[in-house]
Amino acid sequence: MSNIKATFKRVVGNFSLDIDVQLPGRGVSAIFGPSGSGKTSFLRCIAGLERAPGGYLSVNGEVWQDDGVGVGVGVAKRLFKPVHKRSLGYVSQAANLFTHLSVQGNLDYGLQRISNAERKVSLDQVVDLLGIHKLLARQPATLSGGESQRVAIARALATSPQLLLMDEPLAALDVQRKAEVLPYLERLHTELAIPVIYVSHAPDEVARLADHLVLLDAGQVIASGATQDLMTRLDLPLAHGDAAAAIIDAVVTQIEPQYHLSHAEFSGGHISLLNTSLQIGQRVRVRVQARDVSLTLAHQQGTSVLNIFAASVTAISSDSPGQVMVALDAGGATLLARITQKSLVALDLQSGSKVFAQVKGVAVLG
Amino acid sequence: MTPAEIQAIWQAVWLTFKLASITTLVLLLLCTPLAWWLATTRSWLKGPISAVVALPLVLPPVVIGFYLLVLMGPKGPVGQFTQSLGWGLLPFTFAGLVVGSIFYSLPFVVKPLENAFEALGRAPLEAAATLRASPLDTFVSVVLPLSKPAYITAAVMGFAHTVGEFGIVLMLGGNIPGQTRTLSVQIYDHVEALEYAQAHWLAGGLMVFAFAVLLALHWLQPKRTA
Repeated sequence: MSNIKATFKRVVGNFSLDIDVQLPGRGVSAIFGPSGSGKTSFLRCIAGLERAPGGYLSVNGEVWQDDGVGVGVGVAKRLFKPVHKRSLGYVSQAANLFTHLSVQGNLDYGLQRISNAERKVSLDQVVDLLGIHKLLARQPATLSGGESQRVAIARALATSPQLLLMDEPLAALDVQRKAEVLPYLERLHTELAIPVIYVSHAPDEVARLADHLVLLDAGQVIASGATQDLMTRLDLPLAHGDAAAAIIDAVVTQIEPQYHLSHAEFSGGHISLLNTSLQIGQRVRVRVQARDVSLTLAHQQGTSVLNIFAASVTAISSDSPGQVMVALDAGGATLLARITQKSLVALDLQSGSKVFAQVKGVAVLG
Repeated sequence: MTPAEIQAIWQAVWLTFKLASITTLVLLLLCTPLAWWLATTRSWLKGPISAVVALPLVLPPVVIGFYLLVLMGPKGPVGQFTQSLGWGLLPFTFAGLVVGSIFYSLPFVVKPLENAFEALGRAPLEAAATLRASPLDTFVSVVLPLSKPAYITAAVMGFAHTVGEFGIVLMLGGNIPGQTRTLSVQIYDHVEALEYAQAHWLAGGLMVFAFAVLLALHWLQPKRTA
């Protein structure tokens, strides 16, 4: 029963939320969509901060809400666990720290309210994970935005929740602060076994953090699936525009320190990464942006480009005026290439065409 | 002043202090749920109840005193009720004064609390709920500490207003030494009897008291740091 089942139907004014989705019971699931698509509303329904009548919610087998839509069998109808009885952590855009308590007091607040049996994550571990040791004696008013947000995440984790809900925790931070907090979120992902539902409208955060992706638009789920798949599906909005990118999971196999290069293997072949902080055997997530991929019909010789993959075209879709997005299958991994309309005609590309994808730049994500 | 006069003054001071203290205490207990309800409700009743609470701000205290006198008198419903319980009648007793003072000072205690609860917003309450605090727990561990400045204001205002009331006391309490003769009534008595020296002592004392209270309130409020 390791999954999260959520069904919510709710009409507020002229906005209607109509969601019926299953999420994996582990890893990070991102809820992605434009503002006003109902992401926050969905998350608040999961937390129980809002009650969608006719809703059903179970988290890894435990029913949190069952308002008689008949999904649960043998469960009492009209069940709604109040927020404070749900084993969850909630982090919103604003840290919402208690200003009458110190950082330590904030961390203790939730911790004191769970039983010893529930304590699976120790406070030391949480403090260490988020790097807030030096902040414990401070008052929340004296913290920077990034520090506050790290304390808020730690405070939520200190209750050893079965589910961590995050509502754009980086949205209120500037680029520098985002870069400060993101690595901690990634560590969370790798070091704790707590499933996370992460609301975001930033494609780069989704690419870095999410295993599973739910696309929302106008209160409805338009797609739900593995991040890699959804980011490269040409019928979905994420695979379009300047930020479109493919995500590749690879394993580091070799390091060439003299060139500051690491080499990794993925299903489509071998990829070189300009990064020496990796170790052999390490799993890495690599982002290949569509605008950095060019296509050739023959394997180019005498090129400075290191990463060239044999691939076949699986789909073509128009992007911005004069440009098309091409989806490629490279040994099972999907890549995106954004090329001009003119090149498409010149190369006579069609679904099934054999090409070579030249990748000018790749970014290692976490 | 003769020792008897001095004793009469202290009697009035003590009575006024006792009345204001008890009234403030009852008001803080009573106004906490009332202010919370006013700050959070979406009921249509909010308008009428707010208006009733604010009535003492605009009505002459004599009017409130008059109606309380009628209500609590032998033919009034409250009077008949208290008599049926064997408590006797409230007018012209200390208990009656407390009831009157509670009505009179109600808005001065409710308003600061209501404003503070409203300013708090839902965010800290929701944060507490997601950290496993029940609603009552949240109120005690988050709302009360964050509303401390408002409670100080409410207590000081409620106390000071009760000390200064006159109309209701005269209507409801009469003028019984040691029972219902508060400072303001005593000042009135002195002026009536043309004893201006004694009136000065008491009136001046109340002036100093009022000034000290407002000054203390200013100092007790947390300073906004820019």
